[in-house]
Amino acid sequence: MRIKDKIVKWSRIKSPWMLHFNTGACNACDIEIVAALTPRYDMERFGVMLKGTPRHADILLCSGPVTGQIKDRLKRIYDQMPQPKFVIAVGSCACSGGVFNGCYNVESGIDSVIPVSAYIPGCPAAPTAIIDGVVKLLASLEQREE
Amino acid sequence: MRKVVIPIGPQHPALKEPESFSVTLSGERIMAFSARLGYNHRGIEKACEERTYIQDVYLVERICGICSHAHSTAFVQAVEEIAGLSVPERALYIRTIIAELERIHSHLLWLGVAGHEIGFDTLLMYTWRDREVVMDILAELTGNRVNYGINTIGGVRRNIDASEISDILKAMDILEERTKYYIQLAKEETTLIKRLSCVGILSHEDALSLGAVGPTARASGIPRDTRKDDPYAAYDKLEFKVITDDHCDVYGRTLVRLGELMESYKMIRQALKEMPTGPISVKAPRKIPAGEAFSRYEAPRGEDVHYVKADGTDRPERVKVRAPTLANLQTVAKMLEDRQLADLPIVIAAIDPCFSCTDRLISLREPKKPDKTLAWEDLRAYSIEWYRARGIDFTKVNRKISRRN
Ligand code: SF4
Repeated sequence: MRIKDKIVKWSRIKSPWMLHFNTGACNACDIEIVAALTPRYDMERFGVMLKGTPRHADILLCSGPVTGQIKDRLKRIYDQMPQPKFVIAVGSCACSGGVFNGCYNVESGIDSVIPVSAYIPGCPAAPTAIIDGVVKLLASLEQREE
Repeated sequence: MRKVVIPIGPQHPALKEPESFSVTLSGERIMAFSARLGYNHRGIEKACEERTYIQDVYLVERICGICSHAHSTAFVQAVEEIAGLSVPERALYIRTIIAELERIHSHLLWLGVAGHEIGFDTLLMYTWRDREVVMDILAELTGNRVNYGINTIGGVRRNIDASEISDILKAMDILEERTKYYIQLAKEETTLIKRLSCVGILSHEDALSLGAVGPTARASGIPRDTRKDDPYAAYDKLEFKVITDDHCDVYGRTLVRLGELMESYKMIRQALKEMPTGPISVKAPRKIPAGEAFSRYEAPRGEDVHYVKADGTDRPERVKVRAPTLANLQTVAKMLEDRQLADLPIVIAAIDPCFSCTDRLISLREPKKPDKTLAWEDLRAYSIEWYRARGIDFTKVNRKISRRN
């Protein structure tokens, strides 16, 4: 691996910027994501920063089963993110549709629309679980051979 | 000056949920504001009809993750009324305690979000740190931090024991101390007062005519609180004041919520002291006899209304939910009229909107006019006619395409 690639990889793993997008969640998972950023859990110690626009984000944190109206917007936001990009599905309904499976206006989970790199189950996923999921994703990136 | 229309959302840094607004501006002044809802519409009401009552308790809980207890309690109250169940006293007290704990977590959350919207992120970090105290208590009592799953038809699923009571009381002391500090902050910190005063004004008359509920109404001097007006659970036995304020602006709404926090601590202490012993649930039938009921609940954001119609089977025939944000949303347009664009995030945040609650399917019908709901086929025929009348006709092209296939 060239020295330039090493630096890029190091900086990517040490400062992942995240975009949070609610794809029809009940709000509980979103609140837990915010809670994971506040002092008790403090996800920022892993270099994570919440960003407002997809063009700055490396990781897309999605919560919710993907409703009919959100589907196209989710695809558009995913397309707007620069490569390399990763998607984390937070909560049971983002993983598989959860309780909303079978409702007429929902898809069954994020991976029915865009590819997902990590799944964090739980209804809602606890802040500790969210941190665990993010750290595992980062660890898997570290091991990945370019 | 030229008018500019800017779209905000469905994904926007100032919004925590997907919804979109379109704001018409002239310079920095807001001329018109309109909201488009429905991004969060999952079809829960319909799904309730396909599941059994007991499954529905957990489904309606997931209408909204912040006031989940509000929805599940409103729903079980309606079902219990139809089935004619008399819920044990102790269960009613436990429901009330969880309800007030939920109000505490929701109001602290709101205070942090409001701080964030005005660029006071330190307040966000402070309140959310303190909020963890009540989250721990909720997790200890119910087993989950959010979506507690404590209600069941005919009572509650978990009891509160002596060690839990002492934990709650300890937590209340810590939180009361912190809330006093926030109240002092709200009353003395000049930047906070200057930023929130005279922003998002909703006069007493407007609040009445637009049907505002919850803290939004109470901050405009309307003493409207379902806990007092139409007591449910154990509220008729508890002593509390309905906090009102007549600032009529975002500052008033902050004071009302802070005041309500202090009332909640008092109510929880009283409820824990007076809670009777006894069973925590009665057995509920699987099939609920035919009938209908309407139940009201004062959620942290205002009055939450559930309507349930039963037809004698184990599934409801119809469930209808009116969440508080829907009642408050109209007031936002009024509050923003002729105001600065920079006030928009805090004014929207001030009603504490919850769009996952609000995104129900609504069809408005004008009285006296015929029903305008169209079936898909009719809608298609209508659009073909509409274009044909304007000289655009795709029939030939369509025929050609279908022949080629
Ligand atoms: S997983 Fe559960 S808590 Fe999370 S958004 Fe879905 S329903 Fe809500």
